[in-house]
Order: sequence, then structure tokens, then C-alpha cells
Amino acid sequence: MSVVDRQEWDVVVVGAGGAGLRAAIEARERGARTAVICKSLFGKAHTVMAEGGIAAAMGNVNSGDNWQVHFRDTMRGGKFLNQWRMAELHAQEAPDRVWELETWGALFDRTKDGRISQRNFGGHEYPRLAHVGDRTGLELIRTLQQKIVSLQQEDFKETGDYESRLKVYQECTVTRILKDGSRVSGAFCYERESGRFFVLEAPSVVVSTGGIGKSFKVTSNSWEYTGDGHALALLAGAPLLNMEFVQFHPTGMVWPPSVKGILVTESVRGDGGVLRNSEGKRFMFDYIPDVFKEKYAQSEEEGDRWYEDPDHNRRPPELLPRDEVARAINSEVKAGRGSPHGGVFLDVSTRMPAEVIRRRLPSMYHQFKELADVDITAEAMEVGPTCHYVMGGIAVESDSASARGVPGLFAAGEVAGGMHGSNRLGGNSLSDLLVFGRRAGLHAAQYATGLTGARPLVDEVQVDTAAAEALRPFSAEGPEPGAENGRPPENPYTLHQELQQTMNDLVGIIRREAEMEAALEKLADLRVRARRAGVEGHRQFNPGWHLALDLRNMLLVSECVARAALERTESRGGHTREDHPTMDRAWRRVNLLCQLVDPTGGLAATDPVRGQIDLVRETTEPIRPDLLALFDKEELVKYLAEEELYE
Amino acid sequence: MSSYEARFKVWRGDAEGGGLEDFGIEVNDGEVVLDIIHRIQATQAPDLAVRWNCKAGKCGSCSAEINGRPRLLCMTRMSVFTREETITVTPLRAFPVVRDLVTDVGFNYMKAREVPAFVPPEDLGPGEYRMMQEDVDRSQEFRKCIECFLCQDTCHVVRDHEENKTAFAGPRFLMRVAELDMHPLDAADESGLDRKKTAQDEHGLGYCNITKCCTEVCPEGIKITDNALIPLKERAVDRKYDPLVWLGDKIRRRPSGAV
Repeated sequence: MSVVDRQEWDVVVVGAGGAGLRAAIEARERGARTAVICKSLFGKAHTVMAEGGIAAAMGNVNSGDNWQVHFRDTMRGGKFLNQWRMAELHAQEAPDRVWELETWGALFDRTKDGRISQRNFGGHEYPRLAHVGDRTGLELIRTLQQKIVSLQQEDFKETGDYESRLKVYQECTVTRILKDGSRVSGAFCYERESGRFFVLEAPSVVVSTGGIGKSFKVTSNSWEYTGDGHALALLAGAPLLNMEFVQFHPTGMVWPPSVKGILVTESVRGDGGVLRNSEGKRFMFDYIPDVFKEKYAQSEEEGDRWYEDPDHNRRPPELLPRDEVARAINSEVKAGRGSPHGGVFLDVSTRMPAEVIRRRLPSMYHQFKELADVDITAEAMEVGPTCHYVMGGIAVESDSASARGVPGLFAAGEVAGGMHGSNRLGGNSLSDLLVFGRRAGLHAAQYATGLTGARPLVDEVQVDTAAAEALRPFSAEGPEPGAENGRPPENPYTLHQELQQTMNDLVGIIRREAEMEAALEKLADLRVRARRAGVEGHRQFNPGWHLALDLRNMLLVSECVARAALERTESRGGHTREDHPTMDRAWRRVNLLCQLVDPTGGLAATDPVRGQIDLVRETTEPIRPDLLALFDKEELVKYLAEEELYE
Repeated sequence: MSSYEARFKVWRGDAEGGGLEDFGIEVNDGEVVLDIIHRIQATQAPDLAVRWNCKAGKCGSCSAEINGRPRLLCMTRMSVFTREETITVTPLRAFPVVRDLVTDVGFNYMKAREVPAFVPPEDLGPGEYRMMQEDVDRSQEFRKCIECFLCQDTCHVVRDHEENKTAFAGPRFLMRVAELDMHPLDAADESGLDRKKTAQDEHGLGYCNITKCCTEVCPEGIKITDNALIPLKERAVDRKYDPLVWLGDKIRRRPSGAV
């Protein structure tokens, strides 16, 4: 086999979005030599797409806010399925993570007295989101990027080499996590530009690769979101948690077709935008679920007063958590009250003066003007649900962000599960990245630098196997053994489109048992065909080849979503079953864990019933009593099972 | 809905050389140039290399030249062209080609490292920063930059003058200097770093002769020339020739901070 270049680091971070960069900064500051590896250019990660803000209970706008209130909102948003210790750490540490960004040069929008301004968002009791217009993600990524550059400048002064302690391998992909026994030993990677393989040896690997949206047809996610980290962890023997919970953001663009799915920020509603159906009715008032009845306005008048006087009025139902709003829009469209292109109307034009809209929502103004010929200061937008975020992910220890069962493996950000329960609140993602990115970097560095004895070794056989796996698409034309002789190779683009259509139609926003069973069969068929995905050309910057390799990950992750969704016979957060339409308190304590059937790497499983994934039910740890005491008993009764209430 | 077949010429090749390749390809209502490039990829040339990411004008990855003009592929609607027009897509001219529409933009990352980072004020801890909105407005405008590098590509100082690349940071990074210089709490001065002087001496501000080409191609509509480069020039010049500033500098500067 070819000789593969190897480089040694203490910590390797896979992914350079908010979580990855924050992890890398922490690891480097704790003295670990750290490498970051990412599929795009440095500074282009999907985090730039985040618009609304970073949720942190700083209390700058309403002094009533504190971490306990933020914790409560997060648990309610996740319908109490959250890994509560994560939600607690997140609420406690988010303000420090935001303030620290200012010391690295971030410039947030300000309050009148010069502090960081905070805006309202769905599910948050107080104005809580630190923001920069509607381009908060860009500010976050740029600040972290510039902090990394400043650390490299320090290293340059000391060592004469910018990359002596912290290096970014941009436009590179990791296809396998390598192991020595049970422990992580490194990562197998290729350079997208040249197709060259290389190995990063490290005892700690932090996975921070984001989400899985590219398995769905209508999504706000970019091409990078192919579930790489989820799949890498599975293949390395780590379990995935609660993969059935996929968030469909209520407001994606619906027209023109080429931009269908692109996000319309929740800030539009946070700042006063309202949803109307084709009859002009503000329909959200008809969709307030019982668990939230006391907390939302019952009339348009009260909802409108809330923007000016939040202490004496309740918030409008447009600001319900995302799962509720997405389902409501879906129902309106289904009932024939949709907009011309199959969405509903989101209107700010009648709610705010044009110049305020342009100042507060500049990206939205620009996006609609440029891509849809719609002037949002003069007319309503058409919006509908779009696949946005996966709450499920790698099962981690709350405090250390270490993946369960694989020493040396850590996960942070969207790829990690648990924090958001069954549904994430807007704004809680950017804070999640910072809080758990830092924790992952910290613990990865401690683990790597604290190892006694020999470091885990990279196994030559694993490297050769990974190389052969990565090269497979180039030899797909060759006849397969057995019955497949002479069949032409499959086009990876076609396979991808079929996968997206399958997940969209059969495991989408509203789910039914028979459809998910059909999805599993289709996935098995695609899995067989994907083994024959072939590509033309050579290894230099070849998108067809890259996609053929990403398909493995999307198929694995999609099976997890479909299998877990089939198993959970209730509706909760980002998982809605038409055949089991209500939330079932008995399910609150149940986590579903996905594990690879054959962790040694043989992926020959072609039986749709069996598949590649084993599902395990696990009872969650009881919520700590002092955290439960933050809620009224009457509220807990709606979520918790009888026996939990009396424990 | 109406579809038609458009004629495209796309540059294909690598560092060794290459040329324009013809494609006839379907176009539908509301599509942008990136959609068409993707359709060519999915149906006719699966290995056609193109860099992209967000497809919403927010990440600045899909920069290329369309009919010779630097633009984002994802924000250029097909409706701006007539149906008869042949659309030519080529890689950014100022940077070395890697393959097809992908160029090596490493120059920009090198320049980014040469700009000293934000210097936090020593007397303020996290959470203690107080800044007025009107004081952060100017720097915030520059922080809208999505680093698409179209301004770097179009700037005539480097576009046709490879030899200027060592001495000249380009509009994006001169604007970064301006952004830090206008940051209300940047403590560069106190640390002995004169950002205006470095703009002039180390980042080649003097090469810029304010033709505003950078502003014209900026997809974020940042007034790079008027709001960043010209004020920076004015401030740099004040420093250089104002005898009072010169004297004050001499008196106030600590010996350790002398440049």
C-alpha cells in the first residue's frame, strides 16, 4: 500500500465551526499542540449562517433574567428530554462565553447604556440573544478565526513558525477515526485539493462537524452537513443518542425553487413579524398547546402590547418553540390555506417602518431582494418548514464532552446529542457551541497531556483499509463478485437525490409507521447501490468523488434517524408521529441509542430489516431535585411520569 | 414556470493550463449561476471543481468571474442575462488556479496573519466593556465582510501585478486595519502599536489610489474605499505630517513601545 504521510499532534479537532474553533482555542491555551481539520476554507463553516443570536442570560435588557430562567426555558423547549446537566452547565456558562468574545474583538449591537444588546426569541422568557443585526454567526466565526490567528501570531514570535502549536488543515476531510484497542489514536484524512491521503496521529480527537441536513431535500444546511462526525463516531464504536429528533425550522424560503429551504431568521418574528394564512388570519393563536397555554397571549392585542410592555402581557404565539410553529404551518398549508408557492405569509412590512427593517434585518432584506425579487419592507415573505438542525447526536458525558465508550473521543456542538432534548430553542445553538466547544477542548487537552505511558499507536492495517475504502469509487466500474457482473456504476449525485427525496417524504416533519418502514427498505437499497458509486476523473479537487465518500455517512445517519423514529411511538419536539400524536410521559425517561451492528467496519449488511444499526433503550438519570424545584408542580405534572413525581 | 436551454462557457483546467468548455444546459425560473454549475456537475461533468458552501451569499466561498466580472455564483441570478447571451464563467484571475473554478486563495490567509490582532484594554475584564452603538457602527460595517476576496481579486494593484503582492495587503486587509483602528476599545496605541503607521509602512496603503473598484464588487455593499481606505489614508497622513501629533508621539511613547 502507498506510504501515507503522518503528523503528530496532541489534539485533533474535526470541524472548524463555532464548536471546533472554540475547542481548538481552549486546547492550545491549555498547552496542547492542536490541529484543526475542516472541509471548507477556514472561516466559511456553516456557523456563518446563524442569524439570530447567542442565548446567554446576561440580563442586560431585562434584569429579571438569570441562568435558572434560561435553564427552565431550555428544558421546556426540549420537552424535558434534555440531558439536564448539559442544560444546566450551558445556562450557567453562556454569559462568560459571550463576554470573552468581546475581549477577542467581537462587536455586538449595544444597549443604550453601552452593554451588549439582547433580543427576544422563540421560547425564551426574556430578551436574551446577543446579536449583530441578523449576522451573528458571521461575527462569531470571524471572532474565533481572528483569535486563532492571534494565537498563531504569538507562536510565530516565539518559535518563528505560525503553525508550531496550532494549525488549520483547510479543505481536508476525515474519513476514519483510527484506534489502538479501545482508545483513539488518530484520524485518516485526505486533502480535497490534491486527493492526497495523510494521517494525523493524536490521542485526543474532538468531533465538531455539525449536522446532517444534507440527507433531506429541503434544508437550510450547506453541503458540508453530511453527518460526517455522527458517522465517524458510530464507526469508531461510540453510540448516537436520540437521532429521531430533527428540527424543521418553521421559516425557510419556499420560492424560487432553487433557494427553497434557505433560512429566514426567527428574528423576523422576535422583532415583531407575524404569520398569516391565505385568509389573512394570524393562525398561530389556534395552535397554542396546553403545556404552553398560560405563557402565551390569547389575543392579537395582548400579543402586540407585549413588545412594548413584556412585564404585563404575554408573548405572541408566533414565538412558540420552533417545533410548534413548524407543525402549525404544515397544518395550515395542508388545510388549503397556504400561500401561492405552498407556504404561509410572514409579514414585517405592516409592523415596522422600512428603515427599521433594513437596519435590524439587513441580511433578510438583501436575501429576499436579491434571490426572490421580494421587498420585505413592502410585502410579505412566503415561508415554510425546512430541515434545520439535529438534536440527536453523539452520546457524551455532560461535564467533559467525552464520547461514551471511546477513550480519547470528544464531541461538541450540533454533532453532540443530549443538550437540547427533543427540540432546540433558537439562540441556544451558538451558546452550546461556545460552552461545550470550550469544555471539549479543555478535556481533550487534559486527557492528551496527562497520558502516562506510551501514546496509542496508529495501526498500519487500519490506515491501509481506510485508504482502500476511500479509493473504492475509482474502481467501481469493475465487475462485482457474484450476480452484479456487468452492471454500470451508480452516479453519486443521483443516489444523493434519491436519498434526500426518501428522507424528505418518508421521515420528514410528520411521520407514519408504514412510511418509515418503506424508508428503511429504500435506504437498504441505496446502501447496496452506493457500494457501486463510481466517479470519473482523478483525485484532484473532484466533487463527484467527495460526494461518493460522503454518501456512506449520510446513509448511516439516515438509518439511525429512521430506525429511532420508528421506535419512538409518541410525538415530542422534533419528532411528530401522526399515528401517535400525543406526548407520552412514559417516554420522557427513555433515550434511544444507536450503535453499529458490526463495529469492526464490515459494512456488508444489506438486509433492510437488520440494517447496520442496533437500537438500545436506556432509562435516563433522574433530574436533580434542586433543578426540579425550579418548576411548579403543576407544570411538572404535564411532563413527568407519576413515579418520577413522587421519587 | 418556464425553462430554456442556456449556453455556458466554463473554464476547465489546472495549473498546467486549460480552456473554455461549452455546455448547453437547462435553466429554470429563479435560478442563480451556481444552480447551473451544479446542474452541469450532476449531469455532464461530475468532476467539475467549484467551491461553494452556504448558497445564500453569507460565506463568500463561490467567488468567480462571470463574463469577466468578479461575482458570487450564488448571488448572480440568471434573470440578469438575456436568454441568447452566452455566459462565461472563469476562476478568479488574481489567484493561482487549482482546478477549474477553484483557485488558491492562500495569499489572503497569509495577509490576514500579518495584521496584528485586537489588543484588549488592560483595565477592563470580560463583561465590563461599555461601547455606544454609534461608536461601533463604523467597525461593524467592516465586520460585515464575508471574505469572498472579490475586492482582492479586482484590485488593480495586484490583479495584473503579481510583484505587488508582497508589499500590499489588499482592500480586505487594509479595511481590517481600519476596523481595528476605529474599534472604540482597541488598546493598540497603549501597547506601542500605531495601526495607521503600519497601514502605510507594512500593508501598502500608499499603493491604493482610490479607484473604488473594490467597493463596486463588494457583495455586502461595504463602502470599502469611502469609509475604510480614505479615512485610514487621512489618519495616516495626519500622523506623518502633523508636527503636533509627531511631538505628542515622541513625548508620550514609552521606550519599550518604540517602533
